[in-house]
Amino acid sequence: MKENGAQILIECLLKEGVDTVFGFPGGAVLPIYDALFDSPLRHILVRHEQGAVHMADGYARATGRPGVVIVTSGPGATNAVTGLATAYMDSIPMVVFTGQVPTELIGNDAFQEADIVGITRPCTKHNYLVKDKDDLQRIIKEAFYLATTGRPGPVLVDIPKDILTAPIEFKYPDGVEMPNYQPTYKGHPGQIRKAVDLILSSKRPVVYAGGGVILSNAADELKTLASRLGLPTTTTLMGLGGFPGTHPLFMGMLGMHGTYCANMAVTNTDCLIAVGARFDDRVTGKIDEFAPFARIVHIDIDPTSISKNVRVDVPIVGDVKNVLKDMLKLIHGSKAVTDFKKNLKEWQDQIKTWNDTHRLSYKQEQKGKIKPQYVIEKLYEATKGDAVITTEVGQNQMWAAQFFKYDKPRTFISSGGLGTMGFGFPAAIGAQLALPDKVVIGIAGDGSLQMNIQELATAVQYKLPLKIAILNNMVLGMVRQWQEFFYNKRYSHTCISVAPDFVKLAEAYGAVGFRARTVDEVETVIKEAMKVKDRPVLMDFKVDQFEDVYPMVPAGQPLSKMLLV
Amino acid sequence: MRHTISVLVSNEFGVLSRISGLFSGRGFNIESLSVAETLDPIVSRMTIVTRGDDKVIEQINKQLNKLINVIKVHDFTGEEHIERELALIKVTGTPESRAEILSIVDIFRAKVVDVSPRSYTIETTGDEEKIAAITELLRPFGIKEIVRTGKIAMARSLKQK
Repeated sequence: MKENGAQILIECLLKEGVDTVFGFPGGAVLPIYDALFDSPLRHILVRHEQGAVHMADGYARATGRPGVVIVTSGPGATNAVTGLATAYMDSIPMVVFTGQVPTELIGNDAFQEADIVGITRPCTKHNYLVKDKDDLQRIIKEAFYLATTGRPGPVLVDIPKDILTAPIEFKYPDGVEMPNYQPTYKGHPGQIRKAVDLILSSKRPVVYAGGGVILSNAADELKTLASRLGLPTTTTLMGLGGFPGTHPLFMGMLGMHGTYCANMAVTNTDCLIAVGARFDDRVTGKIDEFAPFARIVHIDIDPTSISKNVRVDVPIVGDVKNVLKDMLKLIHGSKAVTDFKKNLKEWQDQIKTWNDTHRLSYKQEQKGKIKPQYVIEKLYEATKGDAVITTEVGQNQMWAAQFFKYDKPRTFISSGGLGTMGFGFPAAIGAQLALPDKVVIGIAGDGSLQMNIQELATAVQYKLPLKIAILNNMVLGMVRQWQEFFYNKRYSHTCISVAPDFVKLAEAYGAVGFRARTVDEVETVIKEAMKVKDRPVLMDFKVDQFEDVYPMVPAGQPLSKMLLV
Repeated sequence: MRHTISVLVSNEFGVLSRISGLFSGRGFNIESLSVAETLDPIVSRMTIVTRGDDKVIEQINKQLNKLINVIKVHDFTGEEHIERELALIKVTGTPESRAEILSIVDIFRAKVVDVSPRSYTIETTGDEEKIAAITELLRPFGIKEIVRTGKIAMARSLKQK
């Protein structure tokens, strides 16, 4: 029996095990929406296409399964671009379907036409324009395969309207034939042996773990390796949750707003073990002075990540989980391990000293203004850490990274690479849809939240009990902080005190709103918010406008040159 | 240092823009680029001449390999290979200069492919030095126009011992 292309698309999605798609209808995708009308596939109707892509992203980060998006041609597709770039930078598996004008109109400047394949080429792992109806099913299969294998990433499939209406026989391929695309999963045994030897001959080792640990589901292996060898461990922003935040070997995050301890340890280490991380400039600071005494082991599935920013002594291309497993086999029962651990005592003491000298800190006066860090700590206490946290970008993101402890992978969701304001709230919606029984909290700034505030309607429509905590300082806080430090306190265009009353706004959308103006009110508001189970809750915390994020490594400085409280 | 890199790609629309987009997006430069189908019609070969230190060339190599449509990347640098490009040179020809131009054409084993009362169009192939040399010799006669292809390259076959 022949169905049309749109029905075939839905069949393929079901075959891929997709349970939720995020989207927004339009002219070019009307056939898909017609097919969705009586399909078992759950479709989440967003209010802006950017929201759809971030939701799919949040869904993917919370579950590890690819997020799926359907948007229309032209503006629908261009609105998805920021979401694609966000997912691409953080290697998030996602498949985005865009409608396109009918094949014979392509290139004619037709109504709602955009060359989305051209536009998204540099911000997708790969993209396709379906030119022949007989290619549709193969391309869908390849798109899911590419998105989820190797270094994951977003894939875009652009489907002209005539393909969506063409009669096609349903025959979804079982596999793909892509001889040129063969990611390396298994690390080279010789290199792994070299890495283990290097680690065991070091005196001041440090593990530096990134988002790759989470993408590869390797948190358990990492914990086992670090514990067996007693390796002090730091993670990047993307790596938070990849190593338990409450583990005695955890030094906190490193980098621009990393802990004193982590940054000092990386600066002084003689063996840096980079696991699924990519030496981003926000992590390394001044690159020439990054880990100056270290020999570096780098495990990454993407060969282009290796030796891109820093020279590496022992590169290992492979899936982090497999490589760590192989390393564990090599150290199992090894006598060298006992000697190695004996010699680590001095280094571990040094790390403890650094840790005790400058802990992350802030001062909350009972009668003073609410400190944003205090809000984060209270959220941590209220949930006992058992929550999925999403963040926006800026100060709220850094405080959420510093003052909440993430013990499990996929519990901290944030736009790390691209730094997309407006990401956190829709990502929280995606996470909550994927995990209906989990407490999901979107930590937001008043600036970022307003970039996708329209999705409140989506959250209300699907009765999602997610919580939004606005650290409301009435400024674009991180930019204001840079202006304070580096631009002579010339606060150019960072004041956004003209803003909606967020409590009333929440109510206007049919959500619940609470406000805390004093320190005493913080816990009450959180407690009340946790009671709401049938709709979103927005908590408006009026926080100190002049609070800064510390420590801070000024851009271009080495990690050891931190500004401290 | 200059590198000549041969890239086998699937012969599909949009592949050229993926390659050129990669170079421009990451700040790599392209000195020349030539593309044509191979013996296998579903595969095209691109020959790219680029410049960069070892680190840059390593990234170019890896980034090219990462593209889904790229089948094989080969850097000819440091191995025996033949490089050729082709140039069409239109030069002013007067009755007085005619003999001299023709003798230059002869020396370089070039060809006259078009003649008019006032000009000759000369076709020449060779490596970069040869093209530069003939251009220099023809320059005094007045070059009206010059069109050059990008470089193409092929490894030399192993010589028997």
